[in-house]
Formats: sequence, structure tokens, C-alpha cells
Amino acid sequence: MVNREVIGAHYGLRDWLVQRITAVVMSVFTVIFLVKLFLMPQFDYAHWSALWHGNVMRFAALLFFVSLGLHAWVGMRNIFMDYVKNTNLRVVLFAFVILALVTYVAWAVQILWGI
Amino acid sequence: MMGIAKRQFDAVVVGAGGSGLRAALQLSEANLKVAVLSKVFPTRSHTVAAQGGVSASLGNEEPDNWHWHMYDTVKGSDYLGDQDAIEYMCRKAPEVVVELEHYGMPFDRLDNGKIYQRPFGGHTSNYGERAVKRACAAADRTGHAMLHTLYQRNVRAHTQFFVEWMALDLIRNSQGDVLGVIALEMETGEVMMFQAKSTLLATGGAGRIYSASTNAFINTGDGLGMAARAGIPLEDMEFWQFHPTGVAGAGVLITEGVRGEGGFLLNKNGERFMERYAPTVKDLASRDVVSRAMATEIKEGRGAGKDGEFILLKLDHLGADVIDKRLPGIREIAKKFANVDPVKDPIPVVPTCHYQMGGIPTNVQGQVLAANALGKEVIVKGLYAAGECACVSVHGANRLGTNSLLDLLVFGKSAGEQVVKDIAADVASLPDLPSDYADKTMARLARLDSSKDGESVNEVGSEMRRTMQLHCGVFRFPDGLADGVEKMLKVGERVKSTFIKDKSKVFNTARIEAIELDNLVEVAMATMISAHARTESRGAHDRSDHPDRDDVNWMKHTLWFKENNRLEYKPVQLKPMTVESFEPKARVY
Amino acid sequence: MRFEIYRFNPDVDSKPRMQSYDVEMEPTDRMLLDGLMRLKVQDDTFSFRRSCREGVCGSDAMNINGKNGLACITKLADLKEPVVIRPLPGLPVIRDLIVDMSQFFKQYHSIKPYVTNDTPAPEMERLQSPEDREELNGLYECILCACCTTSCPSFWWNPDKFVGPAGLLQAYRFIADTRDLATNERLDNLEDPYRLFRCHSIMNCVDVCPKNLNPTKAIGKIKDLLVKRAV
Repeated sequence: MVNREVIGAHYGLRDWLVQRITAVVMSVFTVIFLVKLFLMPQFDYAHWSALWHGNVMRFAALLFFVSLGLHAWVGMRNIFMDYVKNTNLRVVLFAFVILALVTYVAWAVQILWGI
Repeated sequence: MMGIAKRQFDAVVVGAGGSGLRAALQLSEANLKVAVLSKVFPTRSHTVAAQGGVSASLGNEEPDNWHWHMYDTVKGSDYLGDQDAIEYMCRKAPEVVVELEHYGMPFDRLDNGKIYQRPFGGHTSNYGERAVKRACAAADRTGHAMLHTLYQRNVRAHTQFFVEWMALDLIRNSQGDVLGVIALEMETGEVMMFQAKSTLLATGGAGRIYSASTNAFINTGDGLGMAARAGIPLEDMEFWQFHPTGVAGAGVLITEGVRGEGGFLLNKNGERFMERYAPTVKDLASRDVVSRAMATEIKEGRGAGKDGEFILLKLDHLGADVIDKRLPGIREIAKKFANVDPVKDPIPVVPTCHYQMGGIPTNVQGQVLAANALGKEVIVKGLYAAGECACVSVHGANRLGTNSLLDLLVFGKSAGEQVVKDIAADVASLPDLPSDYADKTMARLARLDSSKDGESVNEVGSEMRRTMQLHCGVFRFPDGLADGVEKMLKVGERVKSTFIKDKSKVFNTARIEAIELDNLVEVAMATMISAHARTESRGAHDRSDHPDRDDVNWMKHTLWFKENNRLEYKPVQLKPMTVESFEPKARVY
Repeated sequence: MRFEIYRFNPDVDSKPRMQSYDVEMEPTDRMLLDGLMRLKVQDDTFSFRRSCREGVCGSDAMNINGKNGLACITKLADLKEPVVIRPLPGLPVIRDLIVDMSQFFKQYHSIKPYVTNDTPAPEMERLQSPEDREELNGLYECILCACCTTSCPSFWWNPDKFVGPAGLLQAYRFIADTRDLATNERLDNLEDPYRLFRCHSIMNCVDVCPKNLNPTKAIGKIKDLLVKRAV
């Protein structure tokens, strides 16, 4: 294959937007979470556990972790794009990151619904 | 001798400032194979520093027409300008300015959406009645906006640039036809022959022959040096414009647009002295008139500053809003180079060498004119020139502000058109190069490369600049000029044995400066010899022993030839193309 | 005055070195360029680009005490000694302070830097209101000196793919021009993870621009337009 500098993958805006939107989601959740935490009458396991019993908080947390995953994906991919110039190696690293992030989200589900 | 590399083109343009780019555009859009050579990246050419505007009688703000523009230009030239060429330029002005707007030039605008125009020195309505708004401007960055626009349009037209290539010499055959140029690639130090049917010189001026100059370091008259060495005369070289407002000490230009917007000059007594010298248009008189008035004030002890060495340019009364909107670059320059904020304090200014009215003689199509063996004026086949390096002559003895940007648009275009026409008509293949074509150039380079000692480029250059400044400035004296000629002849000898320590190939700027000095000295010599011979005062040439204009003996153009510093003269073209002549009369502003 | 200058001449040096100079200054010397010119007289092998000496041509951009700037408008009085001068970072050095700027100009050319308007040209100028013209202020003044682009880490990492602040500022200059009718094509041209979106608003460009322009703001406006187009 000729060695050409190829650019023009039209997902720049989408990923940029994803990063911004997920950042907003994460910030909002963080605020809600902190407020809830400080509003707990007592700082013990029972109250902590109760916090996660409603589905609203569970889904909100899930949304947070999905956002975190997407946010991390765009960030990690950018880092690999900057530093890893070999395409094959880059694909392997991408796959690894995706696998890890999906695992983390699945793990988060397990924890949230397991409490 | 080893052969040098060679490339062939339809046309070679030397220089990528305003005129070079305007011409190149014409050639590229005609699908010719063009090479544009430039010592610097095109947008670094000195057109970029032009500030105030480009004139065209668009009449956007008030009634105006090309007849009035023509009259102002003829009068401004102190009747030395060729009236056919001046008519051509003034009639073409609206067309080329509008064209530039279509290319994307970011002109300032009026409320009705049309191009903004401001008053400028020497521009009047109804044949000198009062100042008129004729200068089309992009704030005080008109040259910058224009040069970038022209470069951008050339990018669109896929013009082929050879950036950081310096042309060294014109190549002519035994019939005197020009066959191209030899050029040096600065990055590698390699030399190449650019063979072409047409060679267009657009190398700009040589303001660096003076110590105090508004010009960039690259303005070394390379095209003029090349022409002079190739036996082509230089016309009217005694006429150098001293811009009234260069920042004192630094030389950096402060546009006449400052006075166009309402600024004015003060002496140390706070007197608006231009009222005495030019009662009608005051600070907006022609540049030669204003510069002389300023020099007179300084000479007679009314200059401001510790040693009374400068004049004050006051503009604070315009208010911060107008200054920031119309003159933002000036505020920047004043703060940086004069340590004053013009919103509060006046700027210290002195007349500073700015523009070369003379140059390589051409007709309005940019074709270069030289004398044949019988002394008759003939067109040099294959050679064209446009812009400041050319003398059409539209500026005569003194250029009006904003006419230089107009000159490069009009004559860059017309020269380009003529090249296209001539190439279309000439179906013959490129003529053969004489076998020894590169010898002189290579010998010049070899001397620099092999010499073990000699004159310092800096010292010879300084001596030339000092001599020009001292002996050939705003006011010229017979003894001073005679001494100046003697000194320049010595400089002319010394420059033949310049020496550089750096012998390396890659981006050897010492070598470039040595070659540039060769060109500068040709121009300085032409200036001094021509000025010494002209025994009258006209436009920018002011002699103490002949204080008046002498239309009987001196209504003629000087032609200087390098060979033996010979001078010849040719008549001024007083007959315009279609209108009545403007008869010479006393110049009052 | 004491200078530490980056020197490299491929004809004689195998690798770059820093050289110290003491230069005798005159009271009239105001700017760094004046000092470098004196140094050049002292040692003619020292090479750098310069032309207009008033900050409009963009030739003498260099790294001055760690910050990119133009030598001709950097006041000597403001500089800490020894003045350490290096070539612009992130571009290949040809010799001494002279860098190969082809990558920079390639990116500038890649944004199609010319007004595109294929409608028939009117007899006179295309009209533009003063307010519309105002949009070009802060954009058209760019002198292509490359101070901004070569101070941008995103450009250091991807000089072949990221347009860089100077190019993007110009991209917006044409988008902002009411006479230009190619906004969509221009946005398409930038809609890529590298070309525009490698800008992470580090703002080194704004910090160093000798003309006080703000590429980050222009880039933000391009992003806004992309969003507006997509949603």
C-alpha cells in the first residue's frame, strides 16, 4: 500500500460532542450524588445501602458509568492517536480499551444491582 | 566549466510582492507554465508594509473621476510623469480595485456596503480645489490585506512558487533578447538557470541604499542591479521619495492616512506649520512638499526633541475610537517604536527614505525599453518589469500616496497581459543559450567562495548608506553631490572585493547579503550620478544651487547606464492618450 | 549583552550546539532584532530570517527565552540575560534559527485560503455592511509567522494532520466573510478527529501571538457552527 497521509474521518464533531455531553452528565450526577451523600442523616452502611435501593439512583449511576466509559474511550483513543503511530498496534490497544471499559460498565451494573 | 541545472518555463516572474503576484495571477489563469521566484515567502514581501490605501476614483463618498486623479498625479509628479501612462493608470484604477475586492480583499466599508475611502496627500477634487476621499483602505493595513489576497488568489490559480530563491543575473543573447535568469536556491546554495520566453522583473525598490529608510531589509534593488549589469539603463534614479512621517530613530513608517483621518504636524512651538507651506490642503500636500517643510522647520531650529531633531505628529484629537478603528496598526507601532500612545501623545517623526520613483524604463504594457546601437529606444524582447522596480513613468519626480499600490495592480496586470499575448504570438521554441551564459555569474559567486580576505560587506554597505544619506537626502547641495559622486565611485571599487567568512552552502545569509550589496551599489551609483547631473529642483530632487524647476532644459527623463556611468536623456511624454495635456505650471498646494 | 544562541549548520556541524555571545549594544538599539543584526556583523556565519523589522512580514519568528515571538518587536529591555534564542519548536531546522516551514504552509493551504464565490461578479464591488466586515477583524491580520502553531503541543504531536491555530484562524476568516459561499465545504474539510478537534484549548497560541489575535476563539466559533449544522 502506498504510504499516504490520510485524513478526513468524519467523526470529529460526534466524538467532540460525546465528550462534552458525557462531561455534563458526569458533573450533574456528581453534584446530585454529593448532595445526597451530605443529606444522609447518618454516615453508615444502612443509609448508604438505602441510597442505592431506588432505581432512579441506580439508573443515574449507570448513566454516569456509561458516560465515564464513553468519555474515557474518546480520551484514550486520542492519546493513542497522538503517541502510537503503528496502525496495527493501535487497533489492538483500542480493542483492549473497549474491552476494559465494557467490563467496567458491566461490573458497575453488577455492583449497583447487587447492593 | 561545469554546466548548471536548467529548467524551462513559459514565463519567469522575479519577485512575489504585489506586482509580481498580480502579474503571476494573469499568467497562471492563462494556463501558462510559470515560475515565480522570491527571496522570501510571498506574504513577507514588502508590499505587506503598505498602510494607508490604494487610490481609485470610485466616488463612493463624494464625487470623483479619473480626470481629477490624473491631474493630481501629473501635478504630484512635478510634471515629470508621462501623461499617457498616468492617464492609463488612473482610468484603470477602479477596475483593478474592484477586481481585488472580488478576489476577497477585506476593504473597510461604508454604511451602504461600498468600499471605504479616505483623504490622502495630494488627492483633490476638481483639479486642486480641495482634498477628496480617494484612498480605498483596509484600516491601516491595506498592503498587508492586498498582498495576502493576491497570494491567496495565486494559491487558487495553482501558481508555482520557488520560495527563497534569489535571482542573480539576467541572461541575454547577442541580439539582446532576454532568455531568463540564473537564480540561487538559498536553502541548498545550488544555482539553476530558469530559461523562459518571458522574464518579468517585479523585485521592488532599493530603499536600503539610505541609512534611514522605511523599507524592509530585503529591499535591495535586485532587479535593478540585474538590469544594470545586463546593459539596461535605469531611469530617473535621482528621484527618491522621503516619506514625511517615519518614526524618529526607528524609520518605521507612519501612514499618511493619519493625516488623512485628521492628524497634523506640529513644530516645537506647537505651531501647525503646514498652514504656512500649503495654505489650501495643509498637511495633505504632496509628500515632497511636506518633507521639505519639515526639514526646513528642523533646519531653522523649530524641531521638537532634545536636539530639535524631529517633528510631532498629533492625532490624539481624533479620539481613541477612530484611532482603534481606522489606525490600529499605527497605535501599535507608536507604542512599540516611539514609546508613545498616540491616543494621548504626539508621535515623533522625521522625513525618511521611502520609495524609488525611478527604475527600469518600461511602457504601459510593462515591456522594458532600452536604446539600440543607434540610440533609438527599442523594446527589449523577453523582458518586462512592473511595480516599484519599474519606471513607466507614472510617479515622475514625486509619487502621490496610494499610487504605489495602484501602480502595482495596474501595471502588474498589464505586464501579465502583455506576456500572455507575446507568448501566444511566439510559437518558436526557446532560443538557445549562449555557451558562456553563466560565466559572469558563476565568477561572481566563485570570487565570494574563494576569497581569503577583503572588504567587509557591512562596512562597505554602511559607507554607501552614510554617503547616500549625507549627500543625497531631502536637500541636496552642489558640493555635497560632487563629493558624493567621488565617495560612491570609491564604494563602487570596494564592493568588487567584498569578503565573507562563511563559505558554507546551506542558507548562507552572509553570501546573500554580499550579493544584495552588489545590487544596492548599482542603484546608489545610479542615484548619485543622476542627481549630480540634474541641475534643477523638481519634486523630490531639491538642489540649493538651482532652487527652481527648469522646464526648458530639464523636462526630460534621466537614463543611467552602468557602463562608464553614462547618462542619456529622453523627453517626457506630455501628451496623454485621449485627453488634453496638463501644461506645466507652478505647484501650489 | 549576553546571548545564548542555538547553532546548527549541516555543512559543518554533526549536531546542534548552543553558543554564547557577548554583544556590544548601542543606545539606539531597541529591539532584539537590532541585537541579532549586531551579532551577525560579529559572526557572519549566524543565520536567521528577517525582513520588515516592524512586525508585519512575519519572517523573524523565533523562540526567545522559551517563548515564541518576533525578534523585531521584542524589546531588549524586557529580556532577561542571557537571552536564550532557539529556532521555532516543532519544525525541522535547516540552519541556526531557520526552520523548514513547509509543513506549516501546507496546513495553511489545506484550508483553501481564498474567498470562494462562483456567482457572477457584479460590475462594482460586492457589498458588505460595516458590521459584516467587522467580523473579519482579529482574523485577516494574521502574518503567518507561525509563532502560534509552533507553540501548540497538538501541532508538535500531529503536524501532518492537525491544521494548527494559524490555519484554523484563517479557516474561520473565510467562513466569517459574507462574500464567501463555501461554508459547508469548509466545515466538511475540518470535520475530522485530527484537523480541527485536536485543539484542546491549551491557548498557547493566544499567549504568543505577536499580533494579539485569538485562534482559540476562532476555533470555538468553527465548533459552534459545526454543532449548529449537526443538531
